Amino acid sequence: MDLERFLVFSAVIFAIGLYGALARRNVITVLMGLELMFNAVTVSAVAMSRYVVSGRVLTDSYSTSEAALQTLLTGQVFALFIIVVAAAEIALGLGIVIAFYRSLETVDVSQANLMRR
Amino acid sequence: MLFQDVIFWILSVGGVAAALGVVLLKDIFRAALLLVVVFLAISGHFFLLAAEFLGVVQILIYAGAISILIIFAIMLTRDVQRGNLPNRLQIPAVILPVLLLSALIFVIVETDWNLVAALPNSENIVDQAFENTSFKLAKLLMEDYALAFGAAGVLLLASIIGALSLVRER
Repeated sequence: MDLERFLVFSAVIFAIGLYGALARRNVITVLMGLELMFNAVTVSAVAMSRYVVSGRVLTDSYSTSEAALQTLLTGQVFALFIIVVAAAEIALGLGIVIAFYRSLETVDVSQANLMRR
Repeated sequence: MLFQDVIFWILSVGGVAAALGVVLLKDIFRAALLLVVVFLAISGHFFLLAAEFLGVVQILIYAGAISILIIFAIMLTRDVQRGNLPNRLQIPAVILPVLLLSALIFVIVETDWNLVAALPNSENIVDQAFENTSFKLAKLLMEDYALAFGAAGVLLLASIIGALSLVRER
């Protein structure tokens, strides 16, 4: 139950972010929905890292605790890399928003059909 | 255990309500401020999951840097008055996340997870693995994941140069 409740929380946040990215016209809200989805994935990676070990560790009888110790922090490393990628994405995304606003004087995604003036 | 349960439910209900506010509020500036609340709730979840380094990184990078970037972008674009309009695809935009959410919850509940609690002396293993995580993460990043660590640095540099060249005045 401990693992499942964190995963259900992250699934709810992911669905809300997907709705925000699909249903809104303002580009900045679309980017905020993307950030919500990134955060949901990070939470599920950290929850997996806390509660789940690979099946190989459970079946191997010899030195179980050593193998478990080696794999338990992997999810946190992956969460760190997700955060790095999200930071790069938001910097580039907001740069594109500013360039888009400068050329079209709007932030409405349904107007975005040209890449230059 | 009870104390952690109470904290979990406060953070979860607050986080989900704030996330709904982010996508549903008409005032986009308030939506950006609620996004900070979501980030803080998620960093609280990291502390509950024995990932204190990630919790601090979440506060520094998300609640600090990324939300400031988003607020600056909102203030630099002048459509704030028109607010946060929905587009024409409301029905598919509701159906798709609901379908995805039900599929995800079905999979989460049905899967037979390889829980660490199934191991003999699991309490011991968990205590040992999650003490002093910052030190262990640093060791993992510099030894096992050194290539990915360098690639992340190159990625950040490339994104900074790309963003600068995109917003440069011509």
